[in-house]
Amino acid sequence: MSDKLLKVKDLKIGATVYPPGEKPHDIEIVHGVSFEVEKGKVLGLIGESGAGKSTIGLSAMAYGRGGVKITGGEVWVNGRDILKSNLGDIRALRGGEVTYVSQSAAASFNPAKQIMDQVTEASILQGKFSKKEAEARAVELFRKLGLPDPENIGNRYPHQVSGGQLQRCMTALALCPEPDLVVFDEPTTALDVTTQIDVLMAIKEAIRDTGVAALYITHDLAVVAQVSDDILVLKMGDMVEYGSVDQIINNPQEEYTQALVSVRSINHEEKEPTSEPVLRVQNVTARYKGTNFDVLKNINVELHPGQTLAVVGESGSGKSTLARVITGLLPPSQGRIHFAGRDLSADLAGRSSEDLRELQMIYQMADTAMNPRQTVGTIIGRPLELYFGLKGEEKRKRIIELLDEIEMGVEFIDRYPAELSGGQKQRVCIARALAAKPKLIICDEVTSALDPLVADGILKLLLELQKIEDVAFLFITHDLATVKAIADSIAVMFQGEVVRYGGKTDVLSPPFDDYTDLLLSSVPEMKLGWLEEVIANRKMESAGN
Amino acid sequence: MPLLVRLLVQRIALGLLLLFLVSILIFAGTIILPGDVAQSILGQSATPEALANLRRELGLNDPPVTRYFHWLGGVLQGDLGTALTSGQDIATAIGKRLGNTLFLAFWAALISVPLAILLGLIAVRYRERWPDKVISAVTLASISVPEFLIAYVAIFFFSVRLRWAPSVTTINDSMTLGEKLHTISIPVAVLTVVVLAHMMRMTRAAILNVMQSAYIETAELKGMRMFNIIWKHAFPNSVAPIVNVVMLNMAYLVVGVVVIEVVFTYPGMGQYLVDHVSKRDIPVVQACGLIFAAVYIGLNMIADIVSIISNPRLRHPK
Repeated sequence: MSDKLLKVKDLKIGATVYPPGEKPHDIEIVHGVSFEVEKGKVLGLIGESGAGKSTIGLSAMAYGRGGVKITGGEVWVNGRDILKSNLGDIRALRGGEVTYVSQSAAASFNPAKQIMDQVTEASILQGKFSKKEAEARAVELFRKLGLPDPENIGNRYPHQVSGGQLQRCMTALALCPEPDLVVFDEPTTALDVTTQIDVLMAIKEAIRDTGVAALYITHDLAVVAQVSDDILVLKMGDMVEYGSVDQIINNPQEEYTQALVSVRSINHEEKEPTSEPVLRVQNVTARYKGTNFDVLKNINVELHPGQTLAVVGESGSGKSTLARVITGLLPPSQGRIHFAGRDLSADLAGRSSEDLRELQMIYQMADTAMNPRQTVGTIIGRPLELYFGLKGEEKRKRIIELLDEIEMGVEFIDRYPAELSGGQKQRVCIARALAAKPKLIICDEVTSALDPLVADGILKLLLELQKIEDVAFLFITHDLATVKAIADSIAVMFQGEVVRYGGKTDVLSPPFDDYTDLLLSSVPEMKLGWLEEVIANRKMESAGN
Repeated sequence: MPLLVRLLVQRIALGLLLLFLVSILIFAGTIILPGDVAQSILGQSATPEALANLRRELGLNDPPVTRYFHWLGGVLQGDLGTALTSGQDIATAIGKRLGNTLFLAFWAALISVPLAILLGLIAVRYRERWPDKVISAVTLASISVPEFLIAYVAIFFFSVRLRWAPSVTTINDSMTLGEKLHTISIPVAVLTVVVLAHMMRMTRAAILNVMQSAYIETAELKGMRMFNIIWKHAFPNSVAPIVNVVMLNMAYLVVGVVVIEVVFTYPGMGQYLVDHVSKRDIPVVQACGLIFAAVYIGLNMIADIVSIISNPRLRHPK
């Protein structure tokens, strides 16, 4: 019927939902989506969580996760409607014509089997190659994807290679059977920025060299701009805008797309250090029990009242460990924590109730940081009872005040966490922290699990609250855009050390140390050709050295 | 020393320590039993002099700690003592009995373990559908019925009515393997039914637990058949819990077989133990208890070792 490789027409997808207190019922989560992919082209599917991107991507393999069912429309692959195919034909399609790269390679590789067996499994099963041919091809792909020791890396088990390497192995797994189409589902989202850039380049080159077509699913428009030919913007299962990458990035028509392109509207001026710091971390060195390795090495940072210190670094840099030391969860082996004019006990057990009240925390996963069986009112009211002994009407009045501060109305007071959106949950956690009237709040990746637009709202709220309550934030994040948005001072951490520390403007201005330079230049920019530019620059630099 | 080796050595040392503690318990348990061994050997009409003589001969006047170490020293050299009632060497008597028990347990395990795992795999493949429900219902029903009842029902049908196999399962050395197997076929079947449910349920639960993993989806998206996915991708990751329950059941086949041996008058450890408990023959009871404990601890130790080895992170460190 069609010369297109993939043609999706009026696709409708439903799912069974199990809302609390109601009967399970079916709802539609994708409402008639149409698009096409030509041979060798890359289509980016972009949207926030709940947009239906992964669901749509998996429909190209006639697959529905959990209770998800394709309820209508047509999906044509290589000229046949796979929604009308029988299970045997669909099996032959999966892993042969169409393959899949998931967000978390660490979870998607079987921990009990060697990488090579898993990479070649589909090719052999689908009869595309013999075992020997498939293995030779896998080694070739490992080499192409820039993996170290391509001849032997396949003999390792998944836990024996790094996250970035495993994500490349996953790409090799998808490319091994010479598919016509690969579905990339957020393949770099779980990686550190400095790792992401290499994987992104590897994927891009592999797509170019093999001439395979791809669906590239992500929530990060800057990333998709680097690899796609066309972009389809989705919102809540509806198509918002569909066009070439150039048009979407440089000339977005729809309001929603414009908001996505121009997200990060915050412009926060750095504040001067004023009086005595509220927090002073002095010469802190720490290690975990039973290890002989310092995860924090001689850390010295300060934070002034009503200001924000952003601690930025990649996974394993020790930034969350620093939070554990400050909160007393991990007593340091050396150094001390000076807080609000006094030395804090190294151990949590040695801290007074006043110490605990003045130092609050907000976590990355608002979901798991709240008791699902307590109402919003109970959750926010708890610190009011604990620290101030408020009861009854007085407590309720204060809860309503706090709800007002986080821009949520009194109607939320009796709701349960499950009835809130991700952003609302995080707001409730903020209100709970504020209820204690703290001097310092440690924010541990509080926006990392949120969609960009929602995260933006949370950051604005935090800045607003800082003005009102004069509270200091220790903001732990891996996201440099967030840092730029809200920090007054910045500490860049790398392998347990602070490699760069100072006011925001100083830290973000050249000359840079090597690591900060690498970190800053790795943040994807919403600009066509950015990826090639960075890679070319790095090659030049390394050739110069 | 690599982590794997260290863990294994640790586990084996723990097993030996546990066995040592159990030996103390067994010894202590048998000396606090009411009654007097000498009295029960000689009967109510024995003269005080005869009793005193026998007590001295048996070493019953020594302090318990001395007797314990004397006993333990003997056990370590393979000397389990002599039976009070018959004067026979216990090690020789038990050797034959234990061989018989292991013979029965071996064949029951050989049939029940693969069958349980296969049924577990099938139950996962057709979960919440009729094959799963039938397997669950039948195995659960069979575990809920007392095993002696199953044994008698089996004897009634297969032995009395159909005359397929004997109900009294005496085996001896002059029989060929085929004859022996024919003789023990009913008890083997009954034991299989008894241990099947537990292993099958655990296999099903362990694999279902793994079926939620992302790598199962990866396998599905490779176009693999569901049964292959379960067998090749899910099963290797559920080995540890499955081996644990298999070993527990194997231990039961050796240790818990008492009832079945009595019902079928099979010349194994169980019957030997029951006989001598009723005769208050303390050295035999101690020896049997120690052997049962050793089997239990040994099999569980094997389960733990297999669990440790089945973890690829320990087998192939970074």
